[in-house]
Amino acid sequence: MSGDEPDGDGAAVVAAVEAVAERIERERDHLTELDSAIGDADHGGNMARGWAAAAEAARDLDDPDPQTVGKTVGKTLMSKVGGASGPLFGGSLVFASAELDDGIDAESAVAFAETYLQKVEDRGDARLGDQTMVDALTPAVHTFKKSIETDELPPLEALAKAVDAADRGVAFTVPIRARKGRASYLGWRSVGHQDPGATSTLYILEELLSVAADRLDAEVPDVDATSPTIPDDAEGDEEAEPAEATASDPEDD
Amino acid sequence: MVGLVVVSHSERAAEGIVEIAAEMAGDTRIEAVGGDGSGGIGTVPDAIEDAIDAAADGDGVVVLVDLGSAVMNADVAIELSEVEAVIADAPVLEGAVNAAVAATDPSATLDSVREQAEAARDIEKL
Repeated sequence: MSGDEPDGDGAAVVAAVEAVAERIERERDHLTELDSAIGDADHGGNMARGWAAAAEAARDLDDPDPQTVGKTVGKTLMSKVGGASGPLFGGSLVFASAELDDGIDAESAVAFAETYLQKVEDRGDARLGDQTMVDALTPAVHTFKKSIETDELPPLEALAKAVDAADRGVAFTVPIRARKGRASYLGWRSVGHQDPGATSTLYILEELLSVAADRLDAEVPDVDATSPTIPDDAEGDEEAEPAEATASDPEDD
Repeated sequence: MVGLVVVSHSERAAEGIVEIAAEMAGDTRIEAVGGDGSGGIGTVPDAIEDAIDAAADGDGVVVLVDLGSAVMNADVAIELSEVEAVIADAPVLEGAVNAAVAATDPSATLDSVREQAEAARDIEKL
């Protein structure tokens, strides 16, 4: 392991985990409120307990690399959450962290995101539209991947778009019926309620974005999931918005 | 022998189900596990893994589960454990009783016990 950089990616991931733990603690009552409407009212408490333990475990690591932080946090969530969020958030994180064995760059971040989503889908046997965290994750991962691979946006901008995509996904959970998770027991009564797991997924992504911007000493880019970037068809599309507004590299600021 | 594990969100429910199934279980090892690890309702994979290891008696372990996270955490526990274990897709109480009976058959295998547990889905009560 190349642990010779005290302020490296591993330290950034630890900072992100701490930010997530603080955010989840702040949102604990809100998450529990969402979960008490359609579930078993344990999401806030379970997540707060798990992430607090995860942040502590991450802090205790000696100059770790990103993969080690991810696996440690995932394992801690699995053993401390005490509900479905343990294997879903924690187990998926352990698995996806293997994509970070060469550190974090745009390419490995996309691989991480895709693997994480796949693992959540498999473990929870949930698909898009089941009123679960998959509804927030899928748009976030798809938007991130496309922004990096097709639009070749700077990672921070891609992440900002992904966060907005997750926000839209959270909103999408409200008017649909739950097909998975405890809320599915409510049948049609689940319609009209926001999914707690999708909501906490959004909070996590928001904190990742905030910490990433902080570490890059950049402002959070003012973009949303639909912001025009590089036109999808740059050669023939005369009506596309000018690319200049979003093509600037936030690191140039 | 094939061993059994009963996983419930409630430790007391798991123990109660085991108490009922054990009446029919002969010498079968049957373990109860449940709770979130801090006194509340829930399930954690580490505890389920320990229960699987404790129930193992040479011929694998059939795991009975109640709701959502019990299934996922049992899945994780099975991946972590060295023991060959399978989840029975069955109602937890009736499945445990069926599995207990099946496990006492001298020719019982992991598959035969799981199949008997899953046959509990068809039990009619009226």
